[in-house]
Amino acid sequence: MGATLFDKIWHQHIVEQVTDGPSVLYIDKHFIHEVTSPQAFQGIEQRGLSVFRPKQIVATADHNVPTLNQHLPIRDELSRLQVQQLIENCTRHGIELYGLGHPNQGIVHVIGPELGITQPGMTIVCGDSHTSTHGAFGTIAFGIGTSEVEMVFASQCLLQTKPRQMRINIEGELGAGVVAKDIILYIIAKISAGGATGYFVEYAGSAIRKLSMEARMTICNMSIEMGARGGLIAPDEITYTYMKGRPYAPAGDAWEKALNRWRQLYTDNDAVFDVELNINAADILPMITYGTNPGMGMAITDTIPAYESLTEEAEKQNLKKSLAYMGLEPGQSLLNMPVQHVFIGSCTNSRIEDLRLVADLVKNKQKHPDVQVLIVPGSQDVARQAKREGLDVIFAAAGFELRQAGCSACLGMNEDKVPAGEYCISTSNRNFEGRQGAGARTLLASPLTAAAAAITGKITDVRTLL
Amino acid sequence: MKALREIESRFVPLPVENIDTDQIIPARFLKATTREGFGKNLFRDWRYVQDDEKQPVPTFVLNKPEYSGEILVAGKNFGCGSSREHAAWALQDYGFRAVVSSFFADIFKNNALNNGVLPVKVTDEFLSRIFSLPSNSIIKIDVDKQTITLLATGETAHFEINPYKKTCLLNGYDDIDYLINRKDSIEKYEAARTQETV
Repeated sequence: MGATLFDKIWHQHIVEQVTDGPSVLYIDKHFIHEVTSPQAFQGIEQRGLSVFRPKQIVATADHNVPTLNQHLPIRDELSRLQVQQLIENCTRHGIELYGLGHPNQGIVHVIGPELGITQPGMTIVCGDSHTSTHGAFGTIAFGIGTSEVEMVFASQCLLQTKPRQMRINIEGELGAGVVAKDIILYIIAKISAGGATGYFVEYAGSAIRKLSMEARMTICNMSIEMGARGGLIAPDEITYTYMKGRPYAPAGDAWEKALNRWRQLYTDNDAVFDVELNINAADILPMITYGTNPGMGMAITDTIPAYESLTEEAEKQNLKKSLAYMGLEPGQSLLNMPVQHVFIGSCTNSRIEDLRLVADLVKNKQKHPDVQVLIVPGSQDVARQAKREGLDVIFAAAGFELRQAGCSACLGMNEDKVPAGEYCISTSNRNFEGRQGAGARTLLASPLTAAAAAITGKITDVRTLL
Repeated sequence: MKALREIESRFVPLPVENIDTDQIIPARFLKATTREGFGKNLFRDWRYVQDDEKQPVPTFVLNKPEYSGEILVAGKNFGCGSSREHAAWALQDYGFRAVVSSFFADIFKNNALNNGVLPVKVTDEFLSRIFSLPSNSIIKIDVDKQTITLLATGETAHFEINPYKKTCLLNGYDDIDYLINRKDSIEKYEAARTQETV
């Protein structure tokens, strides 16, 4: 029986097997940020340990940072202390830090690939569940807790049990106005917010092969939203073209050698998955969520499920609770419903291609006067590129507020929050209660659908604007 | 980590599915740089009206005087979403030593175990039985025997736990203790890989 892509990478990283227990899994690259690392540094210091492999760690400040006036001291005292602590910890332990103000700073899952740090065949971890993003390059990448961050600091390894494996094949052509975000929202709506728990997911099929690296990252990014520990896509020429010449990517002879290794990274024809799911790309329409977990999504032209359509009592109670929070009704259509906020950003959709999609749609148009539009690039590099392409001018003319890089309103740790009771179409990854601010009502969608709402002031099928 | 062998306690029922870690501990409380003190913000936005500690939500279970204990019992897919270990710290700091559900999210499960909070996975039926019990019922969890027993009725269910993790819990060991003792093997592995990839 053949091996899957996941199997091949996994086996290359097993140091040893604990009797009757997990494997000691070697970690090639460890990303850290200000929010989930301080207690891990404290932990190793209390044990009298030093960081085992500081050169394999890269740090940035992204989660709690302001998106305005990043050159000034952070106003919020606790955020400032947390960022300061990251600087001190990295200095003390010899870790490369792309902190606030550094030209490489940005959301950790945007800068890793952009700098060429993320490379096929690697094992990558970070104290953040969206670490699955890096799987787009054919890596085993997953989010960990702070105790696990401490383990990697101490040993560059984790104790892990091999997960089950699922393959999702998406074949065919995507329709107009349908982008990567719609694919992943469609999958999560189909299998639910817990439907892939215990699995690592490989995305495959002709529709995936045609996607750019940034689109693949959007898909792998949200693997966690269906419970999967991670998602991955086999590397191919699109991957190598994206990577070549990036600052940390191998160069010269090393590039050729790396290519030879990377070309072995695919799932064998006779490999067997625990679960396989087949999806026809043409069935996917622009998507939107209506509830309080990412599995509560539908095509933008659909209606919210009626209670009678659900069989289990617990499901009915969940829907009731979610809709009460969202201020929505069962059976309702969301089309033409006014929204007050549009957020374009987060590790899911804040890369240059996302900004280009938005700019193409809003060029020579104005935002609706009742909508506030925040557009937050994923990194300083994305911001510079947007400027080079003149996207900043298009956004300014449209009345969009272009901010500085960070996680921003995806999780509302900084000042970028949505007020209680107001609706926000967001390109981020989570619509949980209070995620974008206490009482905030989040509707997840693609950058195109978000841009459409920015112009019309209401939930709009973007295909009517194309 | 403190050893965990047995819990015998009343329970706190929270029959909601897909409780994500943003509910367990909202992001605005993640700015601390130590592990202590998260308990007072556990389920913060479900617990208080407009974030005001003087206005507890009377219908929320943590505010109901008839419910108390070291065991939280919750609907399926508990702990989904963000990897924040602060969720496990908040549960532990509040006084919970076990969470019972019919399904746990992966990262939460690891985070809980790494902090001596035991995730106990039971069937949907057994979970419904617990939710139907009177508030003063006592539940007994035996880590060594891997059993959960409803003392009032004598009903018992078996739960799974990885043998390695069980040893850790019973003895209060953690993964770091294990890994730092394997440095020689890790260095050998690194040397072999460098040969291969150069």
